[in-house]
This record gives sequence, C-alpha cells and structure tokens, in this order.
Amino acid sequence: MVHALDLITAGVAASTGSGFEAPSINEFYPQAVLFAGTPFEMNRIMIIRVLIMVLLLVVFSLWAGKFKGSAKKGKLVPGRFQLMGEISIDFVRKSIAHDQLGQKDGDRFLPLLTTIFFTTLGMNITGIIPSLNIAGSSLIGLPIVMAVAAYVTFIYAGVKKHGGHFFTSALFPAGVPAAFYILVTPIEFLSTFILRPVTLALRLTMNMIAGHLLLVLCFSATQFFLFNSEGIFKAFGAGTFLFGFVFTLFEILVAFLQAYVFTLLTTVYIQLALADEH
Amino acid sequence: MDVTTIAAGVSGSLGVIGYGLAAVGPGVGVGLVVSKTIESIARQPELAAKLQVTMWLGIAFTEALALIGLATPFIFGV
Repeated sequence: MVHALDLITAGVAASTGSGFEAPSINEFYPQAVLFAGTPFEMNRIMIIRVLIMVLLLVVFSLWAGKFKGSAKKGKLVPGRFQLMGEISIDFVRKSIAHDQLGQKDGDRFLPLLTTIFFTTLGMNITGIIPSLNIAGSSLIGLPIVMAVAAYVTFIYAGVKKHGGHFFTSALFPAGVPAAFYILVTPIEFLSTFILRPVTLALRLTMNMIAGHLLLVLCFSATQFFLFNSEGIFKAFGAGTFLFGFVFTLFEILVAFLQAYVFTLLTTVYIQLALADEH
Repeated sequence: MDVTTIAAGVSGSLGVIGYGLAAVGPGVGVGLVVSKTIESIARQPELAAKLQVTMWLGIAFTEALALIGLATPFIFGV
C-alpha cells in the first residue's frame, strides 16, 4: 500500500513536513532534466510529449504498413492489430468527418482531423498513466500549436472555396440592417477570428490543468492524512483516496472527451467556412 | 455595516472568487443543454446519436466561459 501510494505521488509536491502543502500552478513547471540552460531544455512534460509523439509515429506507420500490405494482397479479413487501427481511424472518419462534412470534404480534411484527435488523446491520457502522471497538453504550448493548425485550416478552407467573399460574409452576415454592422461586425470578428482559436487552446489546457490539480489534491491529501495526522483523521485518508480513484476514472473520460470535442469543433469550423450561406 | 468595511475584511485570492462567479453561468448553461437533450432523446430516441453530438458542441461552447474564468488569474495575475 505504501509503495503504491509512493508511486502515485511520485514527482508530486507531496507534504513532507507536518503541514499540508496544497498543490499549486508550479506543478506544471517541473525542474529541467536534460539540456538545462539551452533553448532545448527538457523537463518531465517535454519528455512525455516526445515519448507520446514517438509512440504515435510508430503505431501509425505500422498501421499504414498493414493497410497498404493487405490492400496489395487483396486480403479481406484484417488481423487483430489492423482491426484496432481500422476502428480507431474509422471513428474519426465516420462519426466526426463524414457526419459533419460529408464524404468528399470529410476525406479531404481527414489527415488533419485524425492527427488532431490522436495527438490530443495521446497527450491527454498521460495524465492518468501511473509514473507519467501529467498530461502533455497541460501546458498551453501544444494546444496552441493544434489550435493554430485548426485556425489556418478553416480559413484556408473558406478562402479556397469562396475567395475573399469568405471574409466579407463572415464579418458582414447577410440579412442585417446596414446600421447594425457597427455592432455586429466587431462581435463577429471577435468571435470568429479571435475567440475560436483562443477557446480551442484554453479549453484543452484548462481541462487538463484542473484535472491534474484535482488528482494531486486528492492523492497528496491521502498521503497527508495517512502519514502526517493522528487518530480519527487517518480515516479521512480512505475517503480522499476513493475520491482520487473516482477522479482518475473521470479523467479518462475527460481525456477522451476533450480530444473528441477539439476534433469536433475543428470540423464544425471547417464546415461553417465551407457552407454556402453564412 | 457598509460594503467597504465588509470587503476590507476579505483576504486571500480574488481569483478564487472570480472563478466561483465565472462558474455559475456555465453551470446553469451546461445543465440546461443536457436537460434539454435528455428531454429530446426521451421524445425521439432514434435521434439520440445526432442530438448527442450537438449536446457536446453546446457543452463545449458553454464550458469555455468557465474555463476562461479559470485562466484569467493566471494570465492577468491576482
């Protein structure tokens, strides 16, 4: 039991003295491990990101090899590993891309959507993997990169389809009396071109930060109650440990859900940019 | 006792109060979105899949407000 707790709270600023030390935002700025002082400084979170990136690259290139191989051989029944890949990619393809964009445009933007979905999922899920314990997307950098990708893509999609008309119809929606454009245009500009990417990035980061802080709070409180308090208070440790366990399950849901929501919103923004009527 | 004397007695982080206020609206909002979706699914179970996608979108937009509230103390300081 002690060993398991140590594992869970490893790398966490758990209470070592007699007072309880609440988790703070410093959780997300651990000390540098490699190349300290250079621009390529690596801390725990960066190492986790690189790890997940390599994992994704390896798994996806293996899947791609399998798909190509069985297409060449005309093999109809997929193996276990290939089936996993087909189900995973078909989830994004069928229930996100095709549902929102239709067959043609869905397949056109599928590479981006698949990348966003699996990167986000992979980076989120590290938040609950024991001994990694922090989400790769809990610092704003990675969500910003993906939000910028989504932003550039939906503007590209709109400009490619409608030309400059995309901006005029986004900023000056049809059917509004001319005088109201003084009010409507700034709001539309703010919501479409500023708040969309900002909320995409913030939603993911803040969900991961809040989730991680909740888990740290639960498990460091467990440690505090079990080892640093006396009498009846030790029993509270069981309660906080249970909360920690339940929140871990909840975090699995959140990790999946945030990946889904990020991809879905990107798809919807692309769909709105492609739509003929704004 | 006027408001300023009460406010002077409050100590600690204002960000916490700000987040508490920021969570009220989205809390009601997410509740409304989900309750209406449940109602609609109960009326027309065959549309459940479509309604759920729309529900997640609605939740995502509403929830963003609370998350902006959570982010502001970090961005602007307390």
